[in-house]
Amino acid sequence: MILLSTVRRILTQLRHDPRTIAMIIVVPTLLITLIYFMYDGQPAVFDRIALTMLGVFPFIVMFLITSIAMLRERTTGTLERLFTTPVGKLDLLFGYGIAFGLAAAAQAAVAAGFAYWALGMDTAGSIGLVILIAVANAVLGVALGLLCSAFARTEFQAVQFMPVVAAPQLLLCGLFVPREDMAGWLQAISGVLPLSYSVEALTEVGAHAEATGIMWRDLTVVVGAVVVALILGAVTLRRRTA
Amino acid sequence: METAIEVRDLVVKRGRRTVLDGFSCVIPRGSVTGLLGPSGSGKTTLMRAIVGVQVVASGEVTVLGHPAGSAPLRRSIGYVTQAPSVYADLTVGENARYFASLHRLGAAEAEAAVDAVGLASHRDQLVADLSGGQRSRASLACAIVGRPEVLILDEPTVGQDPVLRDELWDHFRRLAAEGATVLVSSHVMDEANRCDRLLLIREGALIADDTPAAVKREAGTDDLDQAFLRLIRRQGVAA
Ligand SMILES: Nc1ncnc2c1ncn2[C@@H]1O[C@H](COP(=O)(O)OP(=O)(O)O)[C@@H](O)[C@H]1O
Ligand SMILES: [Mg+2]
Repeated sequence: MILLSTVRRILTQLRHDPRTIAMIIVVPTLLITLIYFMYDGQPAVFDRIALTMLGVFPFIVMFLITSIAMLRERTTGTLERLFTTPVGKLDLLFGYGIAFGLAAAAQAAVAAGFAYWALGMDTAGSIGLVILIAVANAVLGVALGLLCSAFARTEFQAVQFMPVVAAPQLLLCGLFVPREDMAGWLQAISGVLPLSYSVEALTEVGAHAEATGIMWRDLTVVVGAVVVALILGAVTLRRRTA
Repeated sequence: METAIEVRDLVVKRGRRTVLDGFSCVIPRGSVTGLLGPSGSGKTTLMRAIVGVQVVASGEVTVLGHPAGSAPLRRSIGYVTQAPSVYADLTVGENARYFASLHRLGAAEAEAAVDAVGLASHRDQLVADLSGGQRSRASLACAIVGRPEVLILDEPTVGQDPVLRDELWDHFRRLAAEGATVLVSSHVMDEANRCDRLLLIREGALIADDTPAAVKREAGTDDLDQAFLRLIRRQGVAA
């Protein structure tokens, strides 16, 4: 099946790139350890920030990796060639989504496992839900990365999208200032940024032993954003170009 | 003689330039056709239109009876882009296996394609670590792996050593003998003699469409470079 072999191909590319694997698996764990030492003696603050970061890292890392990988498909001619083969657009979009989603699941499992068991992170809800939300975030990063790669001509330009796409979401997601304390117009902007919903969902897991309705609603919003980004991404994938 | 590819009144604009302006030609099945012309004459553009990845302004391109780029053709066409389009971060074998899988073929076919382009000893090497000529052979392997009925090759022999170039041409001839239609572009005239038919193209216009022997006879010279020059001059006078 074409989708499966595309997933395998993308994961094989990843396997040949140990540095990227290290970025995916090791860096988030290191950064959370850094946060642990920054908030030494303030476990409640560490819990809140680490939990948010477990959602934010997969988003940023997968956005970056996907936008570059897809840009390479576009610029090296492999995309043009694939479009002369039986490969469909959905094979490609879902191929990247699934491959990097799997990588993100590994990333989230390692980072969350380390945060819980080595750093004593504590949440009312289960680690499984944290990983689930982290993977949804990663897939959101993949979908937005696929989309943004259409607007870059070089890898340098693709990297420049990262602060544009990630920084506002990070600033306005409620980590630095609770969303309800923001000015009305900032709240409005925050309300259309998908990361705000994933951070809220994580906060719910932090505060409640069982999955809450708000958490499921937030997760649905994130998945909805993924679908919208994938559809827009599909529109930018053209079989025929000028 | 059965027709494999038919191009009728093709108009292609790229940027502000009209690259092909009412181009027509017919390519017979089971043959090796050489698409020859200087750099910038529109060879790549024509090939992109034939494989169906080029936006065209007007005209018709039909391949094996189907409109170019239509879904049924994607199982029967192999395309080698001018710049090698393979995954640099995969090995030669992994690239071939991926492209084989797109045609529902397995590792054995992938292996055969890699052998056919003379890269057997580089199978497990990353494409990023290959020389330019080896890379374009890896790209070729990924095009022939699906055993396509129509093979479109954009300057596949550039940068290959003479022995290998000879072997590649033998291979193209063998594929055509087995019934494939092969269109090979080149800006090197000495390769033209190995083709069944030649399309000479200059500034998007067809200068000649005939067998190499007939082209030479027509121009009154045995040297194809010279023949090309004479035919251009003659057209210039006629126009
Ligand atoms: N992406 C592009 N945008 C605008 N013009 C292009 C593009 N690609 C090629 N051209 C122009 O189209 C003409 C034909 O190019 P091409 O088909 O690549 O020629 P060849 O393959 O024979 O060297 C050239 O004048 C080239 O400058
Ligand atoms: Mg060219």
